[in-house]
Amino acid sequence: MIGNAPFFVVGVLFLMGLVSLFLSKNLIKIAIAISIIGSAVNIFLVSLGYRAGGTIPVHFLAGEGSTMVLPTPQAMTLTAIVIALATTALLLSLIMLVWRHYGTLDIDEIRRLRG
Amino acid sequence: MNWNEHFPALLLIIPLFGAFLAPVCSLGGKMARNILLVAASFLTLVVAFLLWRSVLANGIQYYVMGGENFRLALPSGMALPVRIILEVDAFSAFMALCGSIAAFAGALFSVNYMNRFSGQSRFTSLYLLLATGMLGMMITGDLFNFFIFIEISSIASFGLIAFWRDKPSAIEASLKYTLVSQVGSMLILIAAGSLYGKYNALNMAAIGSSLTMGTMEKLALVFLVGSLAMKCGAFPMHMWLPDAYAEAPTGVTCLLVAVSQASLYGLMRVCFSIYGVAMGSTFVPWMIIIFGLASMFFGVSMAVVQHDIKRLMGYHSVSQVGYMLLGLGVGLLVLGDARGMADFGFTAIKGGVFHVFNYTMYKALLFLTAGALYYATGKKDLNEMGGLARRMPYTTFMFVIAAAAISGLPPFNGFVSKLLIYESSFAVHPSLAVVALLTSVLTLASFVKVFQTAFLGPEKNNLLHVQEVPPAMLLGMVVLTAAILGATLFPSWTLSNLVEPAARALVDQSGYIGAIVGGGM
Repeated sequence: MIGNAPFFVVGVLFLMGLVSLFLSKNLIKIAIAISIIGSAVNIFLVSLGYRAGGTIPVHFLAGEGSTMVLPTPQAMTLTAIVIALATTALLLSLIMLVWRHYGTLDIDEIRRLRG
Repeated sequence: MNWNEHFPALLLIIPLFGAFLAPVCSLGGKMARNILLVAASFLTLVVAFLLWRSVLANGIQYYVMGGENFRLALPSGMALPVRIILEVDAFSAFMALCGSIAAFAGALFSVNYMNRFSGQSRFTSLYLLLATGMLGMMITGDLFNFFIFIEISSIASFGLIAFWRDKPSAIEASLKYTLVSQVGSMLILIAAGSLYGKYNALNMAAIGSSLTMGTMEKLALVFLVGSLAMKCGAFPMHMWLPDAYAEAPTGVTCLLVAVSQASLYGLMRVCFSIYGVAMGSTFVPWMIIIFGLASMFFGVSMAVVQHDIKRLMGYHSVSQVGYMLLGLGVGLLVLGDARGMADFGFTAIKGGVFHVFNYTMYKALLFLTAGALYYATGKKDLNEMGGLARRMPYTTFMFVIAAAAISGLPPFNGFVSKLLIYESSFAVHPSLAVVALLTSVLTLASFVKVFQTAFLGPEKNNLLHVQEVPPAMLLGMVVLTAAILGATLFPSWTLSNLVEPAARALVDQSGYIGAIVGGGM
């Protein structure tokens, strides 16, 4: 049961992100919601590769243990974090430009493209 | 050394290297940068062509990244491939060929089109990066790698859509696309993670070889199909597409058309090569067919009422993607059924695959003609144009060819692929073909309207100064026109040499898997 706790957290975080993505009106809050979804995915990947009692997956200095945690999901997570960093930065700079052009961050008022 | 074997890597290295060389080249002035843009995209096209030739001659090609030997898919003592593998079968090579033709035409067009604007070194860099992402999606054989390439192409396209950052509408379109596509990419990553958790592999062939349907697989399939259908602009997740296509600089729109095809490629790769017959139920094929029908019909009915020429074409993109989804969905429906496959399934897949080629060519050409109109007149609204056929004869000629092809008028290539789709979807249910035909009629109506208002009629007084666009832009359009006319004049050659190997490779799941896992089916 306790082994599945990370996945439970992932589910809750993901749903929190999704709900606030659909319910928020403020662009900054939407950006935060997307970051939360990204974090949920990253936790999901890391906890996929976790083995109970496993040591760090390095060739040297790995310690005494006979099991190691899986290295691939960790590599994937690192890559995903870098990508999320880039997209969050891009998203925030776009939001900044929106603020400059429209003077508001309310998505209901940013509607020049319609129909 | 045999160069043939390195084509998959070269296909990615050339545009990627070009992208990072662009800021350096810009120090040498405009000329150097333009030469870099055109040369890099031309070399990519050449490599894609050679790769396609070599795949047709020698079968599936793969390339192992990060290993000591690039031909060693399964290191000894391993049951599963552990490296990142690029796997190119006839379908991937076909898609890469289509994509690089569009990229080359867009690059030629952009040389003049972007001349009036600053920030071109960024433009060149992002353009080549977008091409890299697109080609990477098409030739990778690894799910996580697919996610990375989708992110490379997304980030490059966010930047390019918002290239004119002083225009509020461009920022808005880019922001919309960013929001939608970020959620989509996260879903793809979850799907890749869940499949990894189940099968300990990220390689598509390795997952496909041992896949049995369960809850986790269903979840992953739903996430993958949903997010990739969103990325290729299927209704009801299409709302970003017309905005993004309309606001991006025109050369980029031409490439974005091909990028949306890369997402379609991913969707088909997932459905046919990873899941394939193991999918079991007809739920997902019917979902794809319904996505297709809805995109077709709603896309075209929203296109008919548009005034902005690029938005109009953007909505047509939604409806054209519907045709491919319909054709490939019908093929997927009868995948496990040998008789249905021989009767109409394979025809449907051929129609879908041929439509990918046709769509990429004529849609890219239509966007380029729209860009040429904008370049020459400075206007986007159809109501403000008129009588341009006298001023811009070449553009008019190419527009007519593209419009006839997209409306499916015989004998143009659009007619051939649409006919294949009508025939085969009729065998599933007549109403599918009815919707497809109706869409085709509305498409024709809408392009007659564009032709009549923009090119025919009396000349407007404020458009008397208009001149034909510069030669490099015309050349970019000529490349695509030549591709359309080629497919029109030699339909049987195109079908048997270009389309059929690709369709056969798409259906051949065991071939795709066996090339990597080595007869592990």
